[in-house]
Amino acid sequence: MSSSLGNSRRDADLSKLFSRRLVLLGGAQTLMLSSLVARMYYLQVIEADRYHTLAEENRINLRLLPPPRGRIVDRFGVPLAINHQNFRVLIVSEQVKELDATLDRLAKIITLTETDRHRVMRELKRKRRFVPVPVRENLTWEEMAAVQVNAPDLPGVQIDEGLARVYPLGENTSHILGYVSSVSEDDLANSTDPLLQLPGFRIGKAGVERQFDRVLRGKGGNTQVEVNAVGRVIRELSREEGESGVELALSIDTRLQRVAADAIGEESGTVVVMDVMTGEVLAMASQPAYDANAFTRGLSSEEWKTLVSNPKGPLANKPIAGQYAPGSTFKMVVALAALEAGVIRPEQTVSCPGHYELGNAKFHCWKKGGHGSVDMVNALKHSCDVYFYEVARRLGIDRIADMARRFGLGSVTGIDLPGEKGGLIPDRNWKRAVMNDVWHAGESLVAGIGQGYITTTPLQLAVMTARIANGGLAVKPTLVRQSNRDPRLSAADLKPPKDLGVVRQHLSIVQQGMWEVVNGPGGTAQKVRLPEELGQMAGKTGTAQVRRISKAERDTGVIKNEDLPWERRDHALFVSFAPYDNPRYAVACVIEHGGGGSAVAAPIARRVMIETLKLDPARHSPASAVTASLKTER
Amino acid sequence: MGFRSTRLRKGEMTLTEKLWHISWTLILLVTMVASVGFLMLYSAAEGNLSPWADKQMIRFGVGVVFLLFLSMIDIRHFMRYAYAFYTVALVLLVAVEVKGTIGMGAQRWVDLGLFQLQPSELMKIALVLTLARYFHGADVDTVRRISFLIPPALLIAMPAVLVLKQPDLGTAMMLMMGGVVLFLVAGVPLWIFFSVGAVGLAAVPVVWEMLRDYQKNRVLTFLDPDRDPLGTGYHITQSKIALGSGGVFGKGYMLGTQSHLDFLPEHQTDFIFTMLGEEFGMVGGVTLLGLYVLILAYGFYIAARCRHHFGRLVAIGVTTTFFLYVFINIAMVMGLLPVVGIPLPLISYGGTAMMTLMIGFGVLMSVHVHRDVQISRSGGFDD
Repeated sequence: MSSSLGNSRRDADLSKLFSRRLVLLGGAQTLMLSSLVARMYYLQVIEADRYHTLAEENRINLRLLPPPRGRIVDRFGVPLAINHQNFRVLIVSEQVKELDATLDRLAKIITLTETDRHRVMRELKRKRRFVPVPVRENLTWEEMAAVQVNAPDLPGVQIDEGLARVYPLGENTSHILGYVSSVSEDDLANSTDPLLQLPGFRIGKAGVERQFDRVLRGKGGNTQVEVNAVGRVIRELSREEGESGVELALSIDTRLQRVAADAIGEESGTVVVMDVMTGEVLAMASQPAYDANAFTRGLSSEEWKTLVSNPKGPLANKPIAGQYAPGSTFKMVVALAALEAGVIRPEQTVSCPGHYELGNAKFHCWKKGGHGSVDMVNALKHSCDVYFYEVARRLGIDRIADMARRFGLGSVTGIDLPGEKGGLIPDRNWKRAVMNDVWHAGESLVAGIGQGYITTTPLQLAVMTARIANGGLAVKPTLVRQSNRDPRLSAADLKPPKDLGVVRQHLSIVQQGMWEVVNGPGGTAQKVRLPEELGQMAGKTGTAQVRRISKAERDTGVIKNEDLPWERRDHALFVSFAPYDNPRYAVACVIEHGGGGSAVAAPIARRVMIETLKLDPARHSPASAVTASLKTER
Repeated sequence: MGFRSTRLRKGEMTLTEKLWHISWTLILLVTMVASVGFLMLYSAAEGNLSPWADKQMIRFGVGVVFLLFLSMIDIRHFMRYAYAFYTVALVLLVAVEVKGTIGMGAQRWVDLGLFQLQPSELMKIALVLTLARYFHGADVDTVRRISFLIPPALLIAMPAVLVLKQPDLGTAMMLMMGGVVLFLVAGVPLWIFFSVGAVGLAAVPVVWEMLRDYQKNRVLTFLDPDRDPLGTGYHITQSKIALGSGGVFGKGYMLGTQSHLDFLPEHQTDFIFTMLGEEFGMVGGVTLLGLYVLILAYGFYIAARCRHHFGRLVAIGVTTTFFLYVFINIAMVMGLLPVVGIPLPLISYGGTAMMTLMIGFGVLMSVHVHRDVQISRSGGFDD
């Protein structure tokens, strides 16, 4: 019994201990559960607002809607720059587990070059983790479908449907239109437009695309979407439509543009066709050219190297950025300055023995035997250098420069393109300021035949010719004809050009000289007479020396251009207008290192002029059948 | 205790007697909590019974039947077979460990054909029964002897180490803490706990070295979730955002944006409390905690009313296991503990935890039904 009693006593002790421990345990558990409640209070009451905001940020995504870029069409509505549907693959680094593996898997489905991969890696490093980076563009339908099907194995890879810029005429219009390309760091720094932040957004980098980028670009809209954790859009909460870009109509006639490029062919040169009454540029070819579509796609480094290393400069827009000595095409300006200053009468003759002496310097005429006695018309017709040496000596450089500037030479024309160069018309002040030297009389002589310091752009030569042809009106070259939404763009057309204040009779004499060049017997360009039914063309050849001819060479006989290496040959120039009796079109042609103006440049200009007269774009309203058919097509 | 007046029962109770003693209150409480789970799983599936709510309901139904079946088994049978049960569970643990080593990667279950058996879950119950049996015969003086405490410590350590090697940090924690609690209620002097605790703290650097990289990561990320906001910290961060944005009253049933937009991972399993917190706010969270507290309190009540030490210890062991599920899971989703993969009991979708819990409640109920039976010191029906 005692053991039983002992047992029950021990049991009682144990029970008491158990009860105490139970209370201890219960207390501890209560404390722990209270800490959970406290934590709940902290998260859901004290910090509730902060987490609420975070939740909304999680959930709501503001997305920009890129507006479609405005189309560019020619004067008849033929599309020059349009937008094509473009499927592209994007990658979002924050959703990708292993970048390399994902790209490997992607490369099994679509072709990915090493260059692509490097670019993606570089961009991913540069951009924030949630910004999608384009991997490849212009996927075919099959490639797009393949990526979609494999989407579960490609986390962070998205397909997106965008618009890609396409230039249907390719090389033909590349120098006018320029191209669009990815936004650079500089672009980003200089603009606040959020559109530029969009992955793969393209902006104009050259030509019209760059000049009118803001109007072509349009305004971005935006949409607030609810997204889930992997960024998939669940629903749209609100939407603000953007404005699509403005459609630009250029003054270019596509058909003429093509003819101009074809006429230049393999040469390195440029042809500008201008409406002498309005200043509208109808064609402006620069050869060789590049394919703007390749720039939009992105060039490989080899393609880029080929373009850059080509001595014929396919990237240069020669009509506005090429600066050449005008050579004999400058002589009209000198003649006009002489007539205005009264230093010579038109019928007064100058005797040309083949050279001209000033002090102990000897200046040569291009014709070794000389032209004999020439008046102004004949001096233009035969392009007699001695006549213009004499006239230039009498005039002095300042009066020549003044007339040259009135005809648009030596300063930018203000055409609607970026990168235009001004050329140079020198005078005494310029020489003092820039070269810190006095002007020498001999330099005036050289200037009189369009050589020396003088440089002009082919577009300026076209403007000069137009102003001679239209009776001295200061037309300005324009490229954009109208825009369907921005009236400012067509305002330039409406302002009548100012009169240059040149006496009409003086212009008639110069025009007559230019007529003789083409139509007179023995004119320097008589081979380029137009066919009878198209009327008559007036013109002026020019040959701009790019090297100095030494005395020794002159004695032994000047080396023929064909015997010189290409880059030392003379530039060939030809300016012309037609029809002679009622001028409407001016054509300027410059062929780099082409040799002689009459032999090389004049036939090209002729071909273009013939086509211009046949098509006669200036007299056809843009609201023609062509435009109408295109509009219904859209 | 105040129940000494009635005589202890020596013989087996009749089935009617047993049924009479079943606590329908406990079953009601458990069903209420499980129903909250069904509601949340319905919401997690965007208002669909499938794929989670319907299966969970069937499991629970089967589980309740099993619970009732277990509660009919005489508590002395549990005691008699406790060591055998423990041995089987331990062998199975070793088996998965060996299989995991031979096979590819970690496997935590044994495929028994009909269902997958997770030995670590089985061990949670087996350990409670084993320790309860071990301490059943021990009086106040016995539990003061260190030599007496070494075998049960090993009984805890063996499965804990095996589970840790799987590696399942959460379950290992539960086994150890459950065991420690049984030591406590068995009357082991407090100074031993403090001494072991101190030694344990000193061992932290050693344990740290033994942890796998992903476990280290979880701990580090727990200490500073912003360390890797898109990697391991993502769960905690998103969970806190979802909970916090729920506020006091929540966003409304099935309107939790974070959960439904998949920002919240595992919202039908480990992070289901977060979804509840987002949709029903703090009010909902506290209400659920209240239900849990009622179940816990009922467990304590069963322990207190039980007149044999084995039953008391089993009741506390089971209740504590349940408490650990609740506490670890909720603390985990609120960023108070590392993410260790412990589900919210009776609510998270999943069969294994449900099975463990229903076995646990079955044993607890058996304790309640057989609270007045007499168990000899050495265990058994007589003596």
